[in-house]
Amino acid sequence: MTRFMISTALTCLLALPAAAATVAAGDELAETQQYNFWLLDAIKTTDPQKNTDVEGSDILRQLFEGLMNEDQKGAMVPGVATEYTESDDGLTYTFKLRPEAKWSNGEPVTAQNFVDGWQRAVDPATASEYAWFMELMNITNASEIVAGNAAPDTLGVKAVDDHTLEVTLTKPTPYFVKMVSHPTTFPVLKSVIDEKGDAWTQPGNLVGNGAYVLTGHNLGVDITMEKNPEYWDAANVVLDKLTGITVNDQNIALTRYEAGELDRFQIPAGQYPRLKEQYPDQAISLPYSCSYTYLINVSDKGREELKDVNIRRALALGLDRDIIVNQVLQGGQKPAYNWTHWAMEGFEMPDIAMASMSQADRTAEAKQLLEAAGYTPDTPLNLTLNYNTSEDHKKIAVVAQQMWKPLGVNLTLNNMEWKVHTDRMQNQDFELARYAWCADYNEASTFTDYFRSTGKNEGKFNNADYDKLLDEAVTSENPNDQYKAAEAILAAEQPLIPIYHYAKVDMIKPYVKGLPLENVMQSWYAKDMYITKH
Amino acid sequence: MFGYILRRLAVAIPTLLLLIVFSFLLMHAAPGGPFTQERALPPQVLANLEAKYGLDDPLWRQIFDYVWRIVTDFDFGPSFVYPDRTVNQIIAAGFPVTLTYGLLSFLLAVLVGVTLGAAAAIRQNSWLDYLAVGISIGAQVLPNFVMAPILVLVFTLILGWLPGGGWSFSDPSFWIMPVIALGTSYMASIARITRSSMLEVLGSNHIRTARAKGLPPRKIIMRHALKPALLPVISFLGPCFVSMITGSVVIDMYFSTGGIGKSFVDSALNRDYAVMMGITILVGALTILFSLLVDILYAWIDPKIRY
Amino acid sequence: MTMIEHDKIKGMSDRMAAAEVRGRSPWADARRRFLRNRAAMVALFVLAGVILFALFGSHFAAWSYDSIDFSVMGSAATQGAPSMANGHYFGTDDLGRDIFARTVQGTQISLMVGIVGAGVAVIVGTLYGATSGYVGGRTDQVMMRLVDILMSIPYMFVLILLLVIFGRRIEMLFLGIGLISWLEMSRIVRGQTLTLKNREFIEAARAIGVPSWRIIIRHIVPNLLGVVAVYATLLVPLMILTESFISFLGLGVQEPLTSWGALISEGAGTMRYGTIWQLAFPLGFFCVTLFAFFFIGDGLRDALDPKDR
Repeated sequence: MTRFMISTALTCLLALPAAAATVAAGDELAETQQYNFWLLDAIKTTDPQKNTDVEGSDILRQLFEGLMNEDQKGAMVPGVATEYTESDDGLTYTFKLRPEAKWSNGEPVTAQNFVDGWQRAVDPATASEYAWFMELMNITNASEIVAGNAAPDTLGVKAVDDHTLEVTLTKPTPYFVKMVSHPTTFPVLKSVIDEKGDAWTQPGNLVGNGAYVLTGHNLGVDITMEKNPEYWDAANVVLDKLTGITVNDQNIALTRYEAGELDRFQIPAGQYPRLKEQYPDQAISLPYSCSYTYLINVSDKGREELKDVNIRRALALGLDRDIIVNQVLQGGQKPAYNWTHWAMEGFEMPDIAMASMSQADRTAEAKQLLEAAGYTPDTPLNLTLNYNTSEDHKKIAVVAQQMWKPLGVNLTLNNMEWKVHTDRMQNQDFELARYAWCADYNEASTFTDYFRSTGKNEGKFNNADYDKLLDEAVTSENPNDQYKAAEAILAAEQPLIPIYHYAKVDMIKPYVKGLPLENVMQSWYAKDMYITKH
Repeated sequence: MFGYILRRLAVAIPTLLLLIVFSFLLMHAAPGGPFTQERALPPQVLANLEAKYGLDDPLWRQIFDYVWRIVTDFDFGPSFVYPDRTVNQIIAAGFPVTLTYGLLSFLLAVLVGVTLGAAAAIRQNSWLDYLAVGISIGAQVLPNFVMAPILVLVFTLILGWLPGGGWSFSDPSFWIMPVIALGTSYMASIARITRSSMLEVLGSNHIRTARAKGLPPRKIIMRHALKPALLPVISFLGPCFVSMITGSVVIDMYFSTGGIGKSFVDSALNRDYAVMMGITILVGALTILFSLLVDILYAWIDPKIRY
Repeated sequence: MTMIEHDKIKGMSDRMAAAEVRGRSPWADARRRFLRNRAAMVALFVLAGVILFALFGSHFAAWSYDSIDFSVMGSAATQGAPSMANGHYFGTDDLGRDIFARTVQGTQISLMVGIVGAGVAVIVGTLYGATSGYVGGRTDQVMMRLVDILMSIPYMFVLILLLVIFGRRIEMLFLGIGLISWLEMSRIVRGQTLTLKNREFIEAARAIGVPSWRIIIRHIVPNLLGVVAVYATLLVPLMILTESFISFLGLGVQEPLTSWGALISEGAGTMRYGTIWQLAFPLGFFCVTLFAFFFIGDGLRDALDPKDR
């Protein structure tokens, strides 16, 4: 990312109007403004600080509004905040809040509501599973509070007055502003939580400041939202009603989409080409900021054989990613030879030698490397791959198994549910593990930070040069240089086998307008959407 | 009879306790806990969560407290995975749904099954008989996870008659497909059982005597044949109802009905100890209750049985 | 998914015990009656065919069950249709794996689940029931009360729990299914043992000091075989159905191995995508085999229990 600010303190007057739905010229609005979207599973909670799911975040962005929103291309636009200033040292951010913002019960949205929400996120008493997000933002004292060593009210965020919020950070964090559209940072009305307790998020109780109010939530069936008349920009909100419909089976979801019950759903792996042909105006494939990989355990608990970089390289070479992308997934995903998703804002793809080789060369080299280590199809290296239950993961694992077999690697597939998979990864109890990382904000460091020695890094990759590069990147004029160098280290050391970069492969009814088709984060706001006559 | 019911109920309590302890221990022996997250939780947060749910107590204490809260307050505790909801709320929302389509499927299975089976037996070796046998065998082995997507395809997409999923207590159009998908194979089993036991009864001495006396066939069947022929059907009803509850997993997954079947599987996979325990106990209690009801019904129809 | 008529089997076991009194083995008659039952005989041949398919089918397959035909992979709908030319007699799945070879392999697993499940039921159920019935008194009461308790446990739930907790292993599935299948069996066996135990030849054995366990094994169990055989035959399809449900939940056998349940649930998922053979062949085998077991079970019962006709 190129710095969006020069060197001196700078007031970012966000010039763009915080546009709600702008109906394109020539579009005629439909009579009923209702949007029915698909949910794979039940929504676990509508509490912004307790939510952990992507689908839950989709719901929360309609019910609440943070300091900033994302526009259709993923750029930050004003939400509750109209402008912000960053101090010279990059350690203090001051947000001006719009005075007309209101809660759905008519109370004004104040800076204190944000302070309450943020303190609530880090307070160990809330036991928020996303407390780490506040630590990632580098807010003063966040880590101490999460660890229980400081009181929640010492968090580096304060309400200067009703409409001014001041945040202090422990170190300059260039991507800070990109993080304040995340649901964990949404404000809450404390009086409602105090009064209703855990039940405050239920329909009828929930008070939000978003463009929609929660009107119904049947676990595993549907969740309904209606337009919030108190929303400050309600005049420009077009959609009246939103319904999230849970359909556990993607094939049934397709049938219901075709029957008109769903306006959007995710295409099952392998079906995109067929659907694209049948519905050229409805099947879409967009870059989506997640990377799919097989992690290698290089910790002390890992296999001795996998500490040999040549073996790791051989495994990476031996996978024909073009087959996985073009013949298994078939949804416009891109083969990956690096870690960071190619479409991250400002990220330039480093040159990785493996990427430009032909598969025949890769396979030949893989074979050679394995042979040199003493492994052939007759004396194979036995490895185990853990993956969590999913039709797509299973397919890719089966293919990998067959691709490695002729090279002298005998792969055992070990399918387990997510909780067990995660647990074993966190305890370094694996050899190879399927994993995917999705960006928390639109900047490459969300990926590269993963492999820091202090990062999440379940395979326990440990490289001092790598850590140093990322430290430099924070204050670098052009952090992309550091990211490139870091990626080069990953490519040389191969603590992971990158497989592909995600795409969002969906069917969308042609009459649904205003979805953020160019935002790699795929965050959508119903207030920007509308339905045309059909 | 009354003493028998009392004795059965007396056994029910230790049975349920055993079930509670057994499931509790099984669940806690599982790798991965309810708070296993993609990012390991900070120790303080984890400690708070564990304290909130009482997971920091010794196991025997947890079981004891759990049972105690159920006995005194009928409180099954908060869900571990749905932080806004208690187990009581989750069951209160899902169980009426499961019960509604479960009982309707049960009725469908019994009424249609008995009629079909009896008709087939009375007209043995006619086209009706062959048709009934054919249907019942076919329906019995067709898994409902094959039938469900076909139903949605036909009734929702092609014909456009029924909603493809979801649930509403006020609109029966949401009930139809779940009931068909769940009830058909039991209907088939009941038809098969009724047919063969009806044939047996029709061949027995007292029916032959009744025929010889010249009673009208209609009267023979309704008065003398049907009741004894139903005995085997009745002893089938208990297991049938219980496996319908289990089968509701498929219904909830395909038709988004929001019943407890899906909640159970989810809770087991997500380590939602509280919900898992709650549903297991509920279904265990229902199993016991239903087999007792069936026994009473059986005794009522067949006075020869003494308890 | 219970579909065994316990009443009939109980009635049958009573009558068979009575037949013993008349001092004549029912077996010779039974065989004659069974051979005359056309439906049962056809079913027997069909089942034999399925078993041969499971045992020797892989010799005729052009592909192994886990190898991928990369030329077909990803375009199963257009190139994966059943074809003699490329050796995919039953077509391929979405990954280009041969459905014929996978059906053979799935048949092996599913039949094995059925047979092992029924086998455990036979062994445990028979021994437990015979012991309980023969020993009698307090022991009998306790043993049968335990069966009552176990029967009121929602077993499918427990099975799901077991698989979730101890991992998705095929042995666990066998164990879980076997654990529960013997309960009803033990009740029936106990009932018949009670009738048998006062018979002269048992009393004679007891009088000359033959130990109890030996009486149970040598004298009681052989006389139970008829009932046990019928019950076991009807249990097999039940076990296969249970396995298919577990596989549908994704808790059954693991890749690259497969079973009928796993194949059918995959096939059902893709049936709208122009690859109907992925569903049709496994489902065909599944249905035909279950029919066969039902007919054979009914045939056996009718043959062993002449009063029924």
